[in-house]
Amino acid sequence: MTVYFTKEHEWIRVEGDTATIGISNHAQEQLGDIVFAEVPDVGRRVSKGQEAAVVESVKAASDVYAPVTGEVVEANQAVADEPALVNSDPEGQGWFFKIRLDNPGELEGLMDEAAYRDWVATL
Amino acid sequence: MSREVHNGPTDDTQARGTHYAGDPDGGAGTETPSLDKLPLDAWHRERGGRMVPFAGYEMPVQYEGIMAEHLWTRENAGLFDVSHMGQLLVHGRDVDAALERLMPGDFKAAADMKPKYSLLLDESGGIIDDLMATRRGDDFYIVVNGATKHGDIAVMEQRLPSEVVVDHMKEQALLALQGPRAAEVLEKIIPGVSDLGFMQGGPFNWNGRNLWISRSGYTGEDGFEISVPAVAAADLTDAIVADDLAKPIGLGARDSLRLEAGLPLYGHDIDHETTPVMAGLNFAINKRRRAEGGFAGDLRILAELEQGTPQKRVGFDVDGRQPVREGALVLDAEGNEVGRITSGGFSPSLQRPIAMGYVASHLADVGTELKLSQRGKLIGARVGAMPFVPHRYHRKGATA
Repeated sequence: MTVYFTKEHEWIRVEGDTATIGISNHAQEQLGDIVFAEVPDVGRRVSKGQEAAVVESVKAASDVYAPVTGEVVEANQAVADEPALVNSDPEGQGWFFKIRLDNPGELEGLMDEAAYRDWVATL
Repeated sequence: MSREVHNGPTDDTQARGTHYAGDPDGGAGTETPSLDKLPLDAWHRERGGRMVPFAGYEMPVQYEGIMAEHLWTRENAGLFDVSHMGQLLVHGRDVDAALERLMPGDFKAAADMKPKYSLLLDESGGIIDDLMATRRGDDFYIVVNGATKHGDIAVMEQRLPSEVVVDHMKEQALLALQGPRAAEVLEKIIPGVSDLGFMQGGPFNWNGRNLWISRSGYTGEDGFEISVPAVAAADLTDAIVADDLAKPIGLGARDSLRLEAGLPLYGHDIDHETTPVMAGLNFAINKRRRAEGGFAGDLRILAELEQGTPQKRVGFDVDGRQPVREGALVLDAEGNEVGRITSGGFSPSLQRPIAMGYVASHLADVGTELKLSQRGKLIGARVGAMPFVPHRYHRKGATA
């Protein structure tokens, strides 16, 4: 299992050909109190860089991008029902959706956890 | 993840560090000039305030979190640093008559030490700013919005007769202590403040410093606004938050509190394109002034009072949980554009989205079903009564 991060503050946990996607702890801190989350429908095809989910805090609205291309195989209804989960456990129970990867090669060039944490510290 | 829309006073439209000068884009695309620091800048940072650009200053948008700060203010006492706002002292011969040319309030009969909400108007009745004006003897103490203060001063100096002088009290900080326990907290520090009635002000003394305190605010709660010499602001702030009932509150909660209270925010819900009648601020147009006119934009505004306006400011109860924000369109049942959202967000007190905006007057009755269009999505809403959360201002004689 490997975890990757994007400069848009998504994390991608890869197990086999399935990637679980959420937003980083840094992202939830920046957003503040999250009051709304919308996850994609299972079966939807998303392309790398395309908006796939929505997260809104009291003060800001953001799209969560699909960091890789594939088909949505599972969506986390728990964050839609209880958006504060994204604040309390952003990199665990607060995941947004799972994708079956079309092309694992798209993961190349993403940051690993150490590189991401180092980069965030410079922001 | 993208950051698409900021909301309320942290909105980029007002947060670019440019002075709001009637440009709805707030100087978008222009270079960000250097930001000023508040007298309490270091205090905010020590307290963990997250500083953002607003109205030309670096200001705390939140400390522990908007939701918690909002609810704290509704239940206890929240301390706001609003030193970015402009404090003006306007004085000179016949200052009251001179101010009546620019604003629709009754300045001539204004009672001493009673703050009045008023509106600085342009010649076509558009709103240049909203403000609080208080007679202090022969002078008027006027508090204007931070993002508009330099423009306001320029307008006043240009339009007031030369014998009337506008002093910008730059050496004063401004604090607001708001919430149901504000009086209890402040009375312990500055005895006598709890004797003030709602919308009443007076001079006080604290540690040898002269303060001006009024019982007023922007949250819908009981509370006070305190003008204090900037050099003493940190000491007073420390004295207030030494009380466990008081916590510092950022701009984020200030916005959600005023939205729940149904209070318009300049540059968003009111601006040059809106008139007091469109904005539902008729209470600020005094009875004598309605009969006599004689203020900027009077022809249009008096006609609007008579005949109504094509659009009105209303509140919206929004279906579901997704906040609908400034810029969303209001559609009728047939999908025609009939209005626009000017403020919106998630109400921490009600735990649901609420919004404010303009809609065609024939669709402005409470309960009217409408659709809101935001980023390609239609969201159900109906015109809702404002305030969304009832005001709890202090009434003299009422039991505490």
